[in-house]
Amino acid sequence: MSVVISAAGSGAGPVVAAAATTIDTPSIQYLQLSPVLIVFGVAMAGVLVEAFLPERARQLVQPLLTGGGFIAAFVAVCLLHAHRGVLAAGAVAIDGPTLFMSGTILVFAALSVLLVAERKLDSAGGTLVADASVVPGASGARALRNARGMQTEAYPLMAFSVAGMMLFVASNTLLVMFIALEILSLPLYLLAGLARRRRLLSQEAAVKYFLLGAFSSAFFLYGLALIYGFAGSVELGRIADAANTVGRHDTYLYLGMALLAVGLLFKIGAAPFHSWTPDVYQGAPTPVTAFMAAGTKVAAFGALLRVFYVAFGGLRWDWRPIMWAVAILTMVVGAVIAITQRDVKRLIGYSAVAHAGFILVGVAAANTEGLSGTMFYLVAYGFTTIAALAVVTLVRTGDGEASDLARWQGLGKQKPLLAGSFAFLLLSMAGIPLTAGFIGKFSVFEAGIAGNAVPLVVVAVLTSAIAAFFYVRVIVLMFFSEPTGERPVVVTGSTLTYATVGIGTVMTLLLGVAPQPLLDLANHAAASGFVR
Amino acid sequence: MSSVHALAGVGAEGATSVVGATGAFNATWLLLALPLAGAAVLLLGGRRTDRTGHLIGTLAAAASFVFGLVLFFTLHGRSSSGREVSSNLFTWLPVNGLKVNVGLLFDPLSSVFVLLITGVGTLIHIYSIGYMAHDPGRRRFFAYMNLFLASMLLLVLANDFLVTFVGWEMVGLSSYLLIKFWEYKPAAATAANKAFYVNRVGDVGFLIAIMLMFATVGTTSFTGVFNAVAQHAIGYGTLTAIALTLLLGAASKSGQFPLQTWLPDAMEGPTPISALIHAATMVTAGVYLIARSNPIFTGSQAARTVVLIVAAITILLGCVIGCAYDDIKKVLAYSTVSQIGYMFLAVGLGPAGYALGILHLLAHGFFKAGLFLGAGSVIHGMDDEQDARRFGGLWRFMPVTWVTFGLGYLAIIGFPGLSGFFTKDKIIEAAFDKGGTSGWILGCVALLGAGLTAFYMSRIFLLTFHGERRWSDSGPDAKHPHESPTVMTAPMIVLAFGSVFAGGLLVLGGSLQHWLTPSIGRSAEVGAHTINPAVLTVLTLVVAAGGFAGAYLRYQLRPVAAVAPADSEVSPVTVAARHDLFLNAFNEAVLMRPGQYLTRFLVWSEAVGIDGVVRGIAAGVGGLSGRMRRAQTGFVRTYALSMLTGSVLLVGALLLVKAS
Repeated sequence: MSVVISAAGSGAGPVVAAAATTIDTPSIQYLQLSPVLIVFGVAMAGVLVEAFLPERARQLVQPLLTGGGFIAAFVAVCLLHAHRGVLAAGAVAIDGPTLFMSGTILVFAALSVLLVAERKLDSAGGTLVADASVVPGASGARALRNARGMQTEAYPLMAFSVAGMMLFVASNTLLVMFIALEILSLPLYLLAGLARRRRLLSQEAAVKYFLLGAFSSAFFLYGLALIYGFAGSVELGRIADAANTVGRHDTYLYLGMALLAVGLLFKIGAAPFHSWTPDVYQGAPTPVTAFMAAGTKVAAFGALLRVFYVAFGGLRWDWRPIMWAVAILTMVVGAVIAITQRDVKRLIGYSAVAHAGFILVGVAAANTEGLSGTMFYLVAYGFTTIAALAVVTLVRTGDGEASDLARWQGLGKQKPLLAGSFAFLLLSMAGIPLTAGFIGKFSVFEAGIAGNAVPLVVVAVLTSAIAAFFYVRVIVLMFFSEPTGERPVVVTGSTLTYATVGIGTVMTLLLGVAPQPLLDLANHAAASGFVR
Repeated sequence: MSSVHALAGVGAEGATSVVGATGAFNATWLLLALPLAGAAVLLLGGRRTDRTGHLIGTLAAAASFVFGLVLFFTLHGRSSSGREVSSNLFTWLPVNGLKVNVGLLFDPLSSVFVLLITGVGTLIHIYSIGYMAHDPGRRRFFAYMNLFLASMLLLVLANDFLVTFVGWEMVGLSSYLLIKFWEYKPAAATAANKAFYVNRVGDVGFLIAIMLMFATVGTTSFTGVFNAVAQHAIGYGTLTAIALTLLLGAASKSGQFPLQTWLPDAMEGPTPISALIHAATMVTAGVYLIARSNPIFTGSQAARTVVLIVAAITILLGCVIGCAYDDIKKVLAYSTVSQIGYMFLAVGLGPAGYALGILHLLAHGFFKAGLFLGAGSVIHGMDDEQDARRFGGLWRFMPVTWVTFGLGYLAIIGFPGLSGFFTKDKIIEAAFDKGGTSGWILGCVALLGAGLTAFYMSRIFLLTFHGERRWSDSGPDAKHPHESPTVMTAPMIVLAFGSVFAGGLLVLGGSLQHWLTPSIGRSAEVGAHTINPAVLTVLTLVVAAGGFAGAYLRYQLRPVAAVAPADSEVSPVTVAARHDLFLNAFNEAVLMRPGQYLTRFLVWSEAVGIDGVVRGIAAGVGGLSGRMRRAQTGFVRTYALSMLTGSVLLVGALLLVKAS
């Protein structure tokens, strides 16, 4: 273990490491690493719980353990707020963006735990399947639908994924980043296949996600190798130094940069690497979709920002046009295709693509405002999306969630409060003032203008207008259309789901009306920049 | 010459002597907060306040009046240099370069308006308790009246043109709400819309004036603008433009030519509203605006000439049309139009006339409100009949109404010793004293107007209260005229006292002119009179007596048909007057029709052009969406291929960047 770290982390490269006869064990600052260590610990403990506790006890212990662990880690992040530095022999960077995004991921993860733990929604309890290993169509597959209980392994899987996300945004070397990428992705592939209803769709989503994820990981890894070949190091700071000295003459550098970008853009769901997003969002159990949409997006943008601001910061004039093009393509593809969607979760999936494009505007700004704007946007988007997907879990027919939009007609008359908060969340996604979405869009667009990306911002505003169409269409459906055919049944969920909807909606409102504290926090986190 | 003197006077007295608020003046805002709170309670309280609504509304108005009196006497106790009290409430627009403070200015000019608005307002609130007793919407009515009081008070108390404009618009809104109070009557709804549209024209004028002020001076506060005028910081052309656009606003609110057409139609509202808003207070806002902006008008001879032309046309127009109508409220409405014409005439004369305009405005506020309340009482007693040809001999049945209406009538025709005698005579005198041909023309118009006023007012008075009864107390159309309850007659009596004494009290010894000096400058008395005042007074009386005699001969001594003769049997002049001198038709043909065509064209071009483009874009995006989603096949191999393509493009692009 220590050898690996030394080889990757010490700047002198493998030659030196190999030549050295004794290898010093790097000192690990456990205190500063405590948030991610807590989450890893919780994940391990969750595995032990799975092994030793009976089914009924797991149902109670796992959510408490996982949720408690996330909260504890969040507290640790808050306590560490003033710490800056490169830890663990250059493997991990603790700085403003790391702490901000780790905290954000933990909050979203805790909210998602609430949704996963909800057991009053489906007749047998919970939206996750009781036994994932039963093949669809096999005997007993139908009985599975009403089987009690759920695969409680979901909790440790989530914890591992969260740990991976936290490490992803904190990694200071490409190798650690790759490991984190895998840690965060593999549990997600499994989680995507755990839906209680429509098992086939769910498993298809899981397989697709896995295959494409592996494909993109390969790109990332290849890019890593090329960069190592160029710089002789995988440490972001050293790559930056090498890029500044060798400059523009090395094909490896540019090839590696492009391939790294592919791996990261896949994770954020940017076009043309977005194809998995709608399918996986639709197939995965809705709480997992919420977790992915909010958490993965933060982690992937965190890593993208770190790689491109730290390692390739000196080359920003070279990569910015590419980022522009990707951002424009992503916004247009997401917004335009969303118009003809008839499934709520696919709609939110394409909306996620469009939002990735908007956030890329902040990334392409390549300035401090872009960093803080991106971070604010991620927070706003996460709260809104989790709450919106929580609403989706509540609107059901006899056959699971009423994902077909036609079923949502007239929901406003049936459940005005629920439909009202969903409408509000949609308005936030559309970026209407007095919502978090507006402030988020405003801050990234402002950063874009400050970064001389005016045409990009113009395109972004135009796409927002297109995007507003399909959000408002859902509102019109809910409030101004008469219900046709079978009405959706709005299930009375437990406090857990309502709490999630409530927190998400209130935060969306709060960040829209009084965004200043969070803006200040994001600015403060971004001002000190990335350590290297 | 006189204008130069007055200009200097403004610089010395008008603009610089504004003092900060102390003591009771710190609470000037209470004046408008009280009725505003009343309106809020009544509107938000809903049906819960149905039973007490009229009392709350009246109390709010009365409280405001009492507080106005307190402030008035406090102000009276000060020396004349400290009588312009300004209190800033808050900063409304702190935009860079445009700073607008919301503040109130309690000075002699606004103080008399405050007393007029709240005093007459309170009386009419009391009257309405009886008049609207059986109306299911009485609470709403009182709420709107309170809202009107608050708006009107904001209009006259503001110390900034922009804030005045807010009051101006709020007044327009409450007027609109009250005209269409009986909105189930199509005529009332149409009249309200008409009032709103015509007032829009003036509002645009006022707005342009404010923009011009801001563009040239950089501020819209009274002090700032008037100081700039005094320092000749505004060019003559701009000053005239500001004055003329202000005049457009003033003319629309005050029903002056060519924007007078809405006022007679506005009589569709409940009669107390006609008395309060469309006779005594709101319609005088135009006069207030010109008097308040006196430095601007003093500085622009051209603008004042336009004011005089508008005033002269309006005086005659109102009188002529007033002679032809049989509807008692319409006659009073046109009478209002022409009386405000007198006020415009006065303020158009410049420093010599500002005070006279305000003087006539106050006297008119009393007697016209009294006349309208009397008319309301008659209409009330005659089961909502308004046609004077169906009245006659009513004096026996409603003696209090007869006496109070009669006193108002005598006041308006200028019977010696009553209000109108003092105030109107002064204006006629000032018109002649203007000198030159224009002076003679204006004087003769004013004199002729006095005669016509005597004629049509005598006509309507005689038709209503004297002569033979043209109604019956039996049969299907039976009328049972009766005197109104005390709650209605009491305000009429109070206003009758005002009609009798107000003019004398205000004029004799120049008391009001002296009082108003800090606000509008010293009245510049012209040394030489064109006609000896005594001779002119006699002449005016003779003309008025002629008007009365004409009416007496025609409508008292000869029988009057209960149905108006058809157009074919009367003179062309009468026909024209009956049709509002075809001004409505003119407006319809010249302004409304082309406007409608323009609107239709714009709607058409929007539907075809803009909407076409929008729908085209929408359809295009939708089609694009349908085509793009086909890429989403659901097959992993397709997705992987698109990723690969994307990667190749990305790599290619970056290598291209590198190579460049």
